[in-house]
Amino acid sequence: MLAALGIESIEDLFESIPEDLRYRGRPAIPDGLSEYEILDYFRARAEEGAKGYASFLGAGAYRHFRPVIIDALATRGEFLTAYTPYQAEISQGILTTIFEFQTMVAQLTGMEAANASMYDGSTAVPEAGTMAARITRRGRLLAARSLHPEYRQVLDTYYRHQHLPVETVRYDRDSGQIDLADLESKLSDEVAAVIVQSPNFFGVIDKTREAAELAHRRGALLIVIFSEAAALGILQPTAEADIVAGELQSFAHPTSYGGPCVGVLATKMKYIRQMPGRLVGETVDAGGNRAFCLTLATREQHIRRAKATSNICTNQALVALMATIYMTVFGKQGLRELAEQNLAKARYLAAAVRANAGSLVFSGPFFNEFVARPGSGDGARVNEAALEKNIVGGLELGRLYPELDGALLVCATEVNRREEMDRYAACFGPPAGGIGIE
Amino acid sequence: MSKIRRHQTQNELLIFERSSPGKIGYRLPPLDVPAVAADEALGAENVRGEIAGFPEVSEVEIIRHFTRLSTWNYAIDLGLYPLGSCTMKYNPRLNEAVARIEGIVDAHPYQPQALAQGAMRIQQTLERYLAHIAGMDAVTLQPAAGAHGELTGILLIRAYLQSQGDAREVVLIPDSAHGTNPATAAIAGYKVKEIASNERGTIDMASLAAAIDDSVAALMVTNPNTLGIFEQDIAEVAALLHDRGAQLYMDGANMNALVGVARPGDFGVDVMHLNLHKTFSTPHGGGGPGAGPVAVKSHLEPFLPVPRIAEEAGALRYDHDRPRSIGRVRAFYGNFGVLVRALAYILAHGGDGLRNATLDAVLNANYIRKGIENDYHLPYDAPSMHECVFSHNKQVARGVKTGDIAKRLIDYGFHPYTVSFPLIVHGALMIEPTETESKAELDLFIDALKSIAREVETDPQLVLRAPQTTRTSRVDETRAARKPILIWEPPANGA
Repeated sequence: MLAALGIESIEDLFESIPEDLRYRGRPAIPDGLSEYEILDYFRARAEEGAKGYASFLGAGAYRHFRPVIIDALATRGEFLTAYTPYQAEISQGILTTIFEFQTMVAQLTGMEAANASMYDGSTAVPEAGTMAARITRRGRLLAARSLHPEYRQVLDTYYRHQHLPVETVRYDRDSGQIDLADLESKLSDEVAAVIVQSPNFFGVIDKTREAAELAHRRGALLIVIFSEAAALGILQPTAEADIVAGELQSFAHPTSYGGPCVGVLATKMKYIRQMPGRLVGETVDAGGNRAFCLTLATREQHIRRAKATSNICTNQALVALMATIYMTVFGKQGLRELAEQNLAKARYLAAAVRANAGSLVFSGPFFNEFVARPGSGDGARVNEAALEKNIVGGLELGRLYPELDGALLVCATEVNRREEMDRYAACFGPPAGGIGIE
Repeated sequence: MSKIRRHQTQNELLIFERSSPGKIGYRLPPLDVPAVAADEALGAENVRGEIAGFPEVSEVEIIRHFTRLSTWNYAIDLGLYPLGSCTMKYNPRLNEAVARIEGIVDAHPYQPQALAQGAMRIQQTLERYLAHIAGMDAVTLQPAAGAHGELTGILLIRAYLQSQGDAREVVLIPDSAHGTNPATAAIAGYKVKEIASNERGTIDMASLAAAIDDSVAALMVTNPNTLGIFEQDIAEVAALLHDRGAQLYMDGANMNALVGVARPGDFGVDVMHLNLHKTFSTPHGGGGPGAGPVAVKSHLEPFLPVPRIAEEAGALRYDHDRPRSIGRVRAFYGNFGVLVRALAYILAHGGDGLRNATLDAVLNANYIRKGIENDYHLPYDAPSMHECVFSHNKQVARGVKTGDIAKRLIDYGFHPYTVSFPLIVHGALMIEPTETESKAELDLFIDALKSIAREVETDPQLVLRAPQTTRTSRVDETRAARKPILIWEPPANGA
């Protein structure tokens, strides 16, 4: 090859980099390792974790049974090692599965259209918000305080420089649902959209229909957010929503320390030209056969540049494929049964917590997560006792919600066994040395 | 050896059309706690009926459905995938295995930090290696993809300039840039001003000097640029910007030309992103997931997204107390599974191996350039780095455009190059082979492009009707956009 190029050394090809800009140091990266050593390295890191622990963490990343055929199919090289399907004739596989993904997301959320995916739930929120601002030509947003706190932080980062102030709407201290009076008082003709999560961060099914009515009365849109997709198997979708955005990790990928995830964005057909992200549409090939291709690209950055609906390019296609396979495996009956199991497990755990002198902080209906306090002491004490039993307890809320300091956000899914729920609930009882537990 | 045609594929309905009522492909364990009546627990108004249209199929039907669909895709595993600026290199399967190790794949982002030391150590190690490769001082792994990294980087610049008293108004972007650059600058609240390229295909220093004033916050530059040409004046560009109090952002999409050979930090770059799904081999998966870590010089470090990893007496912890931070750009810690794969890639190559990959990538691109330089028009003759850009100027006289040549390339068994980009080349063919390819594969590709050039002369219709060997013939994209059908709906008669 060097001879064909008429050069003596590959280095000659780098002459366009000025000599003083070349790197001549020794790489501060160790010599290459063998496959065996690399596996060893990562196995050692895995041991420095929570392997073998039962867990009651949710809070935006959920543990669910994951059928093995998801990876058997999604790791096929034809899916795994393909690029974005710009060349439709040799990308019908991924295009068809994205079309199926869009369809299932629309069916689940009760919307008319969905895009090919966003990075995750947290970044789907500001994308939905800017979309609403474009549709309404208004410049303020209202977001429920019960929206995932990290989603709210992302919203804040995105909007600080877009002249899109976000005001927070209180939650009702009894029900854990959005405070409708506070919402009504903050609504104005400048508000583009109201952002409400359901189930909200506290696990409570929120009052999305009431919020929609108040929002629409003032010409604002309603954006419904979800972070636990398993709830969609049983929850009535909010037909009144204008945009639904959320996180499908539950159906797609193990928690994987928080990523990769898969964000979704769904809406009404009348709004699709304001929607960010890739869209796959149905068409025909030269022979008149059904075919699919990327479409409505004039919304996107590679065509519209500074005037695009978003800067998003790479999305989460492979994770979306995993979700598509998961939803196909569980199907119409399975998603319902899965949701019912989650509901039953969380009710059981809540009852066990109460039986151990703990209490639930909110009275609103919950899906598979709830906020609880021990009868005495705080959540940190409960979780310390749990760790002794190889249990990772619920999330301590004090850092994220100072007013809920000492409370725990506890999640039970179909993977939590009754016996481990009993053991964790016992930790809510009087501290060791107190009366009667174990 | 030459390619003949793709293997046999089967027709396949959509999964919804394959459904039959009552079929299932799942089995949950029996419930070990009392069942709960949903209506009572949630309120009847909150409980949905069945999800209309949702699939009902058996496991083997699912396997066949998705396996058949997979055979309709081209992929790196099948051959050369020379998309310019996309760096479609081999995705090592070891990386898939390590990302799925128990204790890593099932780690929860909120598990106690004492029980997350391994996950945090992986991040810290990757941050350090990436900082070294880029010649920068600190790295955040939070951004989920390249464009997300761009946004993070521009917000960092904004916060820094604000701390100096003035966030300024304008971001300069060369006309050869990726579309994500101007889109990002706009989202970050900046006006975009385009800088024309010179006859060499690089930034025109006179235009740049004329455009820089006290309203300019930054220049976003891709280096090597989208023509595959190294911006030789990059150090002068940086000095020019810094003299006027502006910052230099580098889009790291083309870092596969530089790793181990040159470091952007040494050019005067203040902030850049890296695409782990390009340079560091994590699979593109039909469009994602990616990861877009951002590397910065020390003056931008206080502004990095929260939380940051800190180390005390050998123990790692998250530091949320960062008052000057731009905040979070994503929940949790980024696309962690992608980070694991990228670290595995770096460990496998080692410092010297990474450098060798760069050398091979540049050699391969130049070999292709040499191979077709008599057949296609080369608009800029400056030396190529990891990719080369031709135009359809010689073919367009016969009515054949770059998009047609691309489709014909499919008939030869290859994925096409990037079509019609960068925009400054009319009818561009943008070719990036990566280090993955052997001489034999490159020769096949060169032969295919030479053969197509001959076909354009002898039988242009053959090229215009391409592809003809694929399962799906040329797809009508105009029709898809005219009346968008974005989801499947059951037949109206309910059949």
